[in-house]
Amino acid sequence: MKYELRDLVIGYPGHEVAGPMTATLCEGELACLLGPNGAGKSTLLRTLAAFQPALAGEIRLGNRELGQIPARELSTLVGVVLTERIKTQGISVREMVGMGRMPYTNFWGRLTAKDQKHVELAIGQVGIEALAERRMQTLSDGERQKVMIAKTLAQETPIILLDEPTAFLDFPSKVEMMLLLRRLAHEMGKSIFLSTHDLDLALQTADSLWLLGATGNELRRELLVGTPRELVDDLPRFFSSEHLDFDTEHLRFNIHI
Amino acid sequence: MRNIVTIILLFVATVALFALSLYSGSVSIPVSAITDILMGRGCPDHPSWQYIVLENRIPQSVTAVLCGAALSVSGLLLQTAFRNPLAGPSVLGIDSGAHLGVALVVLLAGGSITTGSLTMGGFSLVILSALLGALAVMAILLVLNNLLRSDVMLLIAGIMVGYITSSMISLLNFRATAEGVHAMTLWGMGSFSTLSLDRLPYAAALIIVGLFMSFLLIKPLNALLLGDNYARNLGIRIRRTRVFLLLTTGLLTAASTAFCGPIAFIGLAVPHIARLLLGSANHRVLLPATLLTGSLLTLVCSLISTLPGESGVIPINVITPIIGAPVVLWIILRR
Repeated sequence: MKYELRDLVIGYPGHEVAGPMTATLCEGELACLLGPNGAGKSTLLRTLAAFQPALAGEIRLGNRELGQIPARELSTLVGVVLTERIKTQGISVREMVGMGRMPYTNFWGRLTAKDQKHVELAIGQVGIEALAERRMQTLSDGERQKVMIAKTLAQETPIILLDEPTAFLDFPSKVEMMLLLRRLAHEMGKSIFLSTHDLDLALQTADSLWLLGATGNELRRELLVGTPRELVDDLPRFFSSEHLDFDTEHLRFNIHI
Repeated sequence: MRNIVTIILLFVATVALFALSLYSGSVSIPVSAITDILMGRGCPDHPSWQYIVLENRIPQSVTAVLCGAALSVSGLLLQTAFRNPLAGPSVLGIDSGAHLGVALVVLLAGGSITTGSLTMGGFSLVILSALLGALAVMAILLVLNNLLRSDVMLLIAGIMVGYITSSMISLLNFRATAEGVHAMTLWGMGSFSTLSLDRLPYAAALIIVGLFMSFLLIKPLNALLLGDNYARNLGIRIRRTRVFLLLTTGLLTAASTAFCGPIAFIGLAVPHIARLLLGSANHRVLLPATLLTGSLLTLVCSLISTLPGESGVIPINVITPIIGAPVVLWIILRR
C-alpha cells in the first residue's frame, strides 16, 4: 500500500510548521526522515498517523484520503512505534505484543488461537523469543523498542511509522535496529517510515531519504525526497556546518577539526 | 492460571469474611439464632437480635462489600486513565465533589439527618447531587489533565480542588442548623451503617450498574496503559472511552460517598494491593481482583470498627488510613 502526500501542509491551527510537501512512500521501502530539531519531523509523523489533521493538501492511503478512513480500519493499515515510554509495570512482553491484535479482537479483547499464532509469529520475526515471558519494565531500551515493533507486526499493518526508533540506543543496537527494519521492509513488503538523527546510519541503510528543513536563506521548510545517491548535492545544504564536509563519493560526512 | 487461582481465593475469603461480619459484632448473639434469622425463621424470643441482624449487620456488611468494591474499582480506573499510580477518588478530590453535592442538599434543603433516614425523594436527591458533584470534579480534572504535563501537577490540582470544595462545605456549615452540621460531621467520618434494609436494594443496584459498566471498559483500559496515542492507533476511540470512564468513576464514587461518607485511601491503595497479589496489570484479571480485594479489605475495616464492643463503633476513616497510608509510602519508595 502506498502513502502519498500531495501539497501537504502540516502544523497547528495558526502555526504552519512545514510544507507544502509532495512525496510518496512505496511498498517494501525503508524511508528515513531526517532534519534538524524543530523542523517538524514529529509533526509530520503525527499527521501521517492521523493523530492530528493536515492544515492543507492531502494524504492518500491506497486510493483514499486518510481522513476518510474509519478509525477501526486505519488501525489495521498504519501501525506506530512512538518515543513515549510505557510506564506501566506488570505487562509481559507477550501481552504487549498481543495488544497489537486489538483491532481484530472482539469487544472483550480476548485473543483467539489465530490471534495467538500472529503474536508468536511477530515475536519470532523480531527475534525476541527469549524475552517473551519477561516484564516490560525489566527490558533495556533496545529490547523494549523491538517489542513495540513486534506489536506493530502483530497489528499486521502494511505501513509502519516509527518516531526516532534509534534514539537512546548504543551504536551496535542502532545498527541492529536499522537492519531489522530494512529486513522487515524488504522481506515482508512493509512500508517503513522512521524519523532519525542518525545521518550516517540512514545514508547506509535507507532506500530513500526524506530531508525536512529550512534550506538556504529562506525560512520556509521544504521536503526533499530521493535515494541517498540522488540527494548527493542536497545533503550538504541540509546539514551545513563549518566542521562538516560531505564526501560525495562515499556518501558520508567527514568531520574536520 | 495462577491469576485465576488468586481471584478464586479472594472470592472465597470475601464470602467467608462476609459471613463472619454477619455472625460477629458488638452484641454477642448465638450462631444458631443468627442462622435462624438469616433463613427467615425469625427469633421470636429475642426481637432485638432480629433487629440487630436485619437492620444493622446485613446492611452494614452489604454496604461494606459494595462500597469497598466501588471505591477500589473507581481508583483503578482513575490510575489507568490518568496513568498515575497515586490517583484515586479521594486524592483527586472526586469524593469531595460528591461530598459538596451531599452537603448542599443535607444542609441547605434542611434535610435533617443522613441519607439512611431521608425520605425516598430526599434519598434520590442526595445521590443525584453527589453524582453531579463527582462528575463536575472529574470534568475539571480531565480538562486540567490535557493542560498539565506532569503527574505530580495533576495530583496537586486534585488536592487544590479538594481544598476549594471543603471551603465551600465549611461555608455551608456556617449557615446551617446545628443538627445539620452534626449530621454532616458524623457522615464525614465515614460509616457503613447509615443505610437501612429497605434502602439497600437501591444503593446496591446503583453500585452494581457502575461495576458492570467498568467491566465493559476492560479492552480500552488495557490499551490506555500504553498511552492515548498508542491506544488510538490500536483503534480505540479515546474520547468516547474517556467520557464513559468519567461516568463510571463518577457513579461509583458518588454512590459510595453518598452512602458511607468520604472513605479515604481504599480507592488509592487497593489497586496496588491487587497488582501486588497478581503481578499483572492486565485489566482482565486486575479488575476482578481489585473489586474483590476492595470488598475484602473494607470488610476487615468494618469488622475492626465494631471491635470496641458495647461502647460503639469507630469511624471508618480512623481505620482506612492505617492500612492505606503505608501502601502509598511503599509506592513512593519503590519508584
